Amino acid sequence: MKRFTIIIFTENQIGLLNRVTTLFTQRHINIESLTVSESEEHGIHRFTVVIEEEEEKVKKVAKQIQKQVEVIKAEYHTDEEIIFQEIALYKIPMRFNNGQAAGLEGLIRQHHARILAVEEGIMTIEKTGHKEDTEALLEKMRPFGVLEFVRSGRVAITRSQNQLSEHLEVMDAQSKNISNN
Amino acid sequence: MPSHLLGTDAFQETDVIGISMTVTKWNYQVTKAEDIPEAIAKAFYIAQSGRPGPVLVDITKDAQFGELDFQYKKCHQVRSYIPKTPVEESKTDQAAALINQAKKPFLVFGQGIILSGAEKELKTFVEKTGIPCAWTIMGLSALSTDHPLNMGMLGMHGNYGPNKLTNQCDVLIAVGMRFDDRVTGNTKTYAKQAKVIHLEIDPAEVDKNIKADLAVIGDAKESLRQLIEKVAPNEHQSWVDEFKEYEKIEKDKIVNRELFPLKEGLTMGEVVRRVNEVTEGEAIVVTDVGQHQMIACRYAAFQNSRSNITSGGLGTMGFCLPAAMGAKLAVPAKHVVAFMGDGGAQMNIQELGTIFQTQAAVKIVILNNGFLGMVRQWQQLFFDKRYAFTEMINPDFVAVAKGFGIPGQRVETRQSLDTAIREMIEHDGPYLLEVATEKEDNVFPMIPSGASVDDIRLE
Repeated sequence: MKRFTIIIFTENQIGLLNRVTTLFTQRHINIESLTVSESEEHGIHRFTVVIEEEEEKVKKVAKQIQKQVEVIKAEYHTDEEIIFQEIALYKIPMRFNNGQAAGLEGLIRQHHARILAVEEGIMTIEKTGHKEDTEALLEKMRPFGVLEFVRSGRVAITRSQNQLSEHLEVMDAQSKNISNN
Repeated sequence: MPSHLLGTDAFQETDVIGISMTVTKWNYQVTKAEDIPEAIAKAFYIAQSGRPGPVLVDITKDAQFGELDFQYKKCHQVRSYIPKTPVEESKTDQAAALINQAKKPFLVFGQGIILSGAEKELKTFVEKTGIPCAWTIMGLSALSTDHPLNMGMLGMHGNYGPNKLTNQCDVLIAVGMRFDDRVTGNTKTYAKQAKVIHLEIDPAEVDKNIKADLAVIGDAKESLRQLIEKVAPNEHQSWVDEFKEYEKIEKDKIVNRELFPLKEGLTMGEVVRRVNEVTEGEAIVVTDVGQHQMIACRYAAFQNSRSNITSGGLGTMGFCLPAAMGAKLAVPAKHVVAFMGDGGAQMNIQELGTIFQTQAAVKIVILNNGFLGMVRQWQQLFFDKRYAFTEMINPDFVAVAKGFGIPGQRVETRQSLDTAIREMIEHDGPYLLEVATEKEDNVFPMIPSGASVDDIRLE
């Protein structure tokens, strides 16, 4: 079992998320994280799905996703093939003495985190990084009494030169070609 | 339902889009009248192109009641959807090279031949190369039954030779089929010795069940056309003879007993054989799911493509009656014979009402053994005959049909079978023939679930 990131580009259609996630459910694959947002091309959405699975199975699922009518492209990557980040937010109560405050400041600096908001005795800290990094900071913060912790799904950029717009042009030509035959 | 009530659990609300998602190629909900023409055009395009599949358009009540300036523009393109990719010449070059040097090549085909209209190409290809071939039940009728290179049916209840020799061929050419588990048996021991060439329109099917050494992606007709040009004329007589040897064994042990039984009780096979003789292999044969289906697919003889209609890998009991009606309405000039078991007959028996209404002249043959026969067969073979919920207490089918204005009769003896079949076929209109068959006959050969194709059992 290995960690894979599946990146999917789709038309913006209601229900498509369901169609895609069902394919994971059918094969009993647990989705570790899922992020959906609009891509650089207007009207095209980008799904980033992280799963832990055998590559053989990932390959098959990616093909089955690609097969959906409104899916433009589905590809899977190992962690080495992509640049990825997750964002985490930590909420802690501001009940500490000077010594603790200095400790917290040090932690924030060391971990390249930052303070997002301070209000009504509560401090919200943000850290961007890999899961292991945000996890590590969480452990360090526990002594301060973490009230809430949330981590986003992974967002990822591939290291390859391929551009979505080029892919779209090829697809457009191919799908037209068929109808002319 | 009007669109403003969607999601409120209103009267008769069902999330049709949600529940149909996994069984459709595409589905879409329309909530405005002006969107209807485009959605319908797109639906037809998607359903019919590439690898065809069912689509569903759900139109809300307010959209149905709305008005629009109607204009129907045919759909020719969906940006995100490439129905089929052109066949790469380099792939058919490689395939031809493998085929030309093969000593024991074997071709297996499925419904892809029929869907792409490649029946002629298939015939030309096997005749030019002398390669023996066999079919999945969805590919049945694409090549006439009596063709000298047609070796029969693949899979769990398929013919002896094709299954045994799948594990002895050196090149396995799969065309328009998806290596369903009923065809492959245990995939770990399936055709391991062979180079597998997979001609397939749907890339998601390649390497899904059986790893292909060479995949030729594209329409079967186009792939075969390219291959026909590139393969050398050949014959493989001694290899074909190996199939014939197995055929002889199967005939002795199984086929003759099924088609020409000496025992008193009627077999499903003899009914299929007689119907076949009376209709001279020109009928469209529609089947449900179970023992009768396997028997009909094994023994019905076909001259023409698109003459076998069955639910294949979906295994949908109740499929037969409405499908037969559809076939008859589509091809009124042909005899349409609907073979079903007593179990499946009751799963859509209300369709007798539609047959009555439309007067679709479907010939319904219920092969009644008083059991859900295939399940009973498994319970006998693998669960020490502990029959559970497989015995059927059936209604009087002839009386039920009569209630729907459909004439019919029940046959219990061999002497009356022939006349009854003739009466049914000659009757001008729908007809129901119930045949009481042996209660506990089994379908053989059989590849037990999870076993290898070459572990196929004759008893």
